[in-house]
Amino acid sequence: MPTTVPPAGPAPGSRTNRIGLAVLDYRGGKTTLCAGCGHNAISERILEAFFDLGVPPERVAKFSGIGCSSKSPAYFMSRSHALNAVHGRMPSVATGAALANRKLVPLGVSGDGDTASIGIGQFVHLMRRNLPMIYVIENNGVYGLTKGQFSATADVGSKLKTGTVNELPPIDTCALAIQLGATLVGRSFSGDKKQLSAMLKAAVAHRGTSMLDVISPCVTFNDHEGSTKSYAYMKDHDAPLQELSFIPAFEDISVEYDPGTTTDVTMHDGSHLRLRKLEEGYDPSDRARAVARLMESARTGEVLTGVLFVDPDAASFVDALGMVDEPLATLPQERVRPPRAALDEIVEALR
Amino acid sequence: MPGTETHSPDAPSRPAARGPVVNDFSIQVATANGSGSQSSNTVLLRAIFQMGVPVSGKNLFPSNIAGLPTWYTVRASKDGFIARKKEIDVLVAMNAETAREDVLALAPGAVVVHDAALALAGLREDLVLYPVPFDKIVAPLTPDAKLRKLLRNMAYVGVLARLLSIDMAEVETAIGKQFGRKAKARELNVAAARAGFEHAATIEKRDPFSVRRMDATRGKIVVDGNSACALGAMFAGVTVVTWYPITPSSSLVESLIGYLRKYRVGPDGKATYAVVQAEDELSAIGMAVGAGWAGARAMTATAGPGVSLMSEFAGLGYYAEIPAVIFDVQRVGPSTGLPTRTAQGDVLSTAFLSHGDTQHVLLFPGTVEECFTMAVDAFDLAERLQTPVFVMTDLDLGMNVWMADPFPYPERPLDRGKVLSGADLERLGGFARYKDVDGDGIGWRTLPGTEHPKAAYFTRGTGHDENAAYSESPVVFERNMERLARKLETARSLVPAPEVHGAGKAKVGIVAYGSSHPAVVEARVQLQRERGIETGYLRVRGYPFAREVHAFVERHERVYVVEQNRDAQLAALLQLDLAPELAPRLRRVAHVHGLPLDARSVSDEILTLEAR
Repeated sequence: MPTTVPPAGPAPGSRTNRIGLAVLDYRGGKTTLCAGCGHNAISERILEAFFDLGVPPERVAKFSGIGCSSKSPAYFMSRSHALNAVHGRMPSVATGAALANRKLVPLGVSGDGDTASIGIGQFVHLMRRNLPMIYVIENNGVYGLTKGQFSATADVGSKLKTGTVNELPPIDTCALAIQLGATLVGRSFSGDKKQLSAMLKAAVAHRGTSMLDVISPCVTFNDHEGSTKSYAYMKDHDAPLQELSFIPAFEDISVEYDPGTTTDVTMHDGSHLRLRKLEEGYDPSDRARAVARLMESARTGEVLTGVLFVDPDAASFVDALGMVDEPLATLPQERVRPPRAALDEIVEALR
Repeated sequence: MPGTETHSPDAPSRPAARGPVVNDFSIQVATANGSGSQSSNTVLLRAIFQMGVPVSGKNLFPSNIAGLPTWYTVRASKDGFIARKKEIDVLVAMNAETAREDVLALAPGAVVVHDAALALAGLREDLVLYPVPFDKIVAPLTPDAKLRKLLRNMAYVGVLARLLSIDMAEVETAIGKQFGRKAKARELNVAAARAGFEHAATIEKRDPFSVRRMDATRGKIVVDGNSACALGAMFAGVTVVTWYPITPSSSLVESLIGYLRKYRVGPDGKATYAVVQAEDELSAIGMAVGAGWAGARAMTATAGPGVSLMSEFAGLGYYAEIPAVIFDVQRVGPSTGLPTRTAQGDVLSTAFLSHGDTQHVLLFPGTVEECFTMAVDAFDLAERLQTPVFVMTDLDLGMNVWMADPFPYPERPLDRGKVLSGADLERLGGFARYKDVDGDGIGWRTLPGTEHPKAAYFTRGTGHDENAAYSESPVVFERNMERLARKLETARSLVPAPEVHGAGKAKVGIVAYGSSHPAVVEARVQLQRERGIETGYLRVRGYPFAREVHAFVERHERVYVVEQNRDAQLAALLQLDLAPELAPRLRRVAHVHGLPLDARSVSDEILTLEAR
């Protein structure tokens, strides 16, 4: 597998998307992560997805916690507001912002430590709310910024550079997310450009929580022999469930497919996610069996990738709250301060 | 009652010695938690209030759903004193578990209305005992034993009405108000009160206490501070409310939810707000910070343990400069402490909540009216100053009902602070998020979603420069921290100004805040009337302290800082802020036992320290 950053899509300025912006308009600051870090590739896939779908960067709000992964929102889409929160608490700030302005497209970037260790409390509650947001875990199994300690997604038997072996079972964030109610759950690999791109685009099209766990090797602390989150390990153990393709709502969907081998999922915005089955019998609409299959894969050591679960029609948290259509944040005074008569009535009842 | 000492020889003179006592006494009702006595006590308080007599109520309850002892004190005061009164004049003993101890704690001459089943005769010879067969009185009202148990409590209201000359018509009006449209409950309770009233006709009155109609409550309302905060928040235009239930703050949000449903849902059924019950306080404050960042008027409400959990996010809010309003309805700490008792123990820790050089803006409402007005102020200040603002109320203020003037409709338009629109950016050609362009330490911000290519900035808790870019430069860091200090200076003149009482000639000053106010008002009268000591009084209403606070200390030789905590927390804050030569003037009158502050404790302590 390549250990360098894959080239960015089209060269800057070479073409514009459907809202007339160039890829350059989706770029961010220069990365300070290690050369070859999987996170940089994911940043590229994210900005490409928004570019390709023509989402105005100003509509996207980026959120993160603390760690290498959580730094990465500074390295893509500078024209999007970003809030780098405290360690493990990105879900809550994203939730608050999403409620304040329901027109935003919230994108959270977290790591395995930030999510599965310190942040597991907020993570599980975010999953059960089905808040419309994209939640990407850049999963490398170790804490990079503090020099390579295990996180809670490290597999049993995986070995640190120091020789320390992890004895504790990993938390499977995908299994958790599916069990708790997330409505688009996938696992991918930072090196699988095609799969990750399609998955990210489906996440942008989805109205609900999209939880994508992306194995993203740490070239400095966890890419050696004995690691289960290395480029080499993924090359040998990646077991894709489907071959993914994504057809945006604004494109012609007449491309034919064979319903016998391909599942077509119509997303909330009218776009289509097509899953060409690579594993016979896998049904991404069955929560219980998806979890069972993940547990089985943990035994066999294969890393299942692809769309593990999808339910494009579930009600989102924002819908359930019955809020007005406009962003709460900018409602004018006359809509948020009840009239004098209301206070008079309240006071009268207290006499 | 916990914390009550047995009577001492120098207790104030008893009623028997001073003839009839009208509109100036306290009634304490001792029952078991969950027995429905809260309704009866509210009716009792309201009936007196409706007779135009100033009245206050204090609920002393356990951290328990049902069964443990609870006490409710109603104080009638013709002079309008509404602080807790230490001395109990009339005890209603309904709880077998505490009756003996409660009776032993009374001062001579006190009255005891008690369940006849409690064998209290012979326990004390110096009290006026009125045994009442409550079971017998309520027996004819309903065959339902459970209901009869509740009705016993309304029967004592009837008994008291007869004994204390409380107008039965007012009692019935109050019952109507209490039970609203529940006709069956209303009828039964009226019947119970009447049965008590009738029974009491057979009692020979041997005490001096009575209520007589006055005209001192006209136009007033009766409300608890939590509801007042909730109303303030609603009229401040709160849009995102995130919370985690914790005593004594839960009723603030529950009351708010009720009002929002009624007044903030459009004809199309759509709400102009979102309320989320979070999984914990970490999340509650995180959501509020996220919402505030995105431009909402966001709040959460909590108490001590919750504030502790919110510490890290409070620091992010301070450093990344994000508005949010946090209501801290203080209870007794440390740790879980006494969850259902009152204190002012979070002052120091909240002022500096979180690590590093973090400091926060605090507001201290001292009345339920201020719970309303300061809730409105808090949202304006949070957005004006771009920082978390803490409204420091407490259990006494929040959960007890108080007489109040009707809340003023907020005339000032919402202050949404310094926010740049897309059009502004077009005109300016860009902006620097943390640049002090106006000299007040407050930068201009943009909201996510603003449609302009230069609107975005990267909000972070890491070191940052004026453009919000990551920076580890020592120079940049120091400059930014100095600007934040400048912002706190600006806050001094924006927080509610202190309230100053007194002619300005006194040598003795008193500084207090929050729910200590009623006790201090009364204590000043005691000091003046009984000892001829004139005092000046400054009530702190905000932190960072306004300059007037320093001037007040300068004007007085000795300044007593009265507060409800052990460590004199506000005095400590003040000491940090005062010129060093003024600091020795401060004297500490700081206690915490969980009970609302009473005037006598304040005046006695000041006298003791004055004698030194």
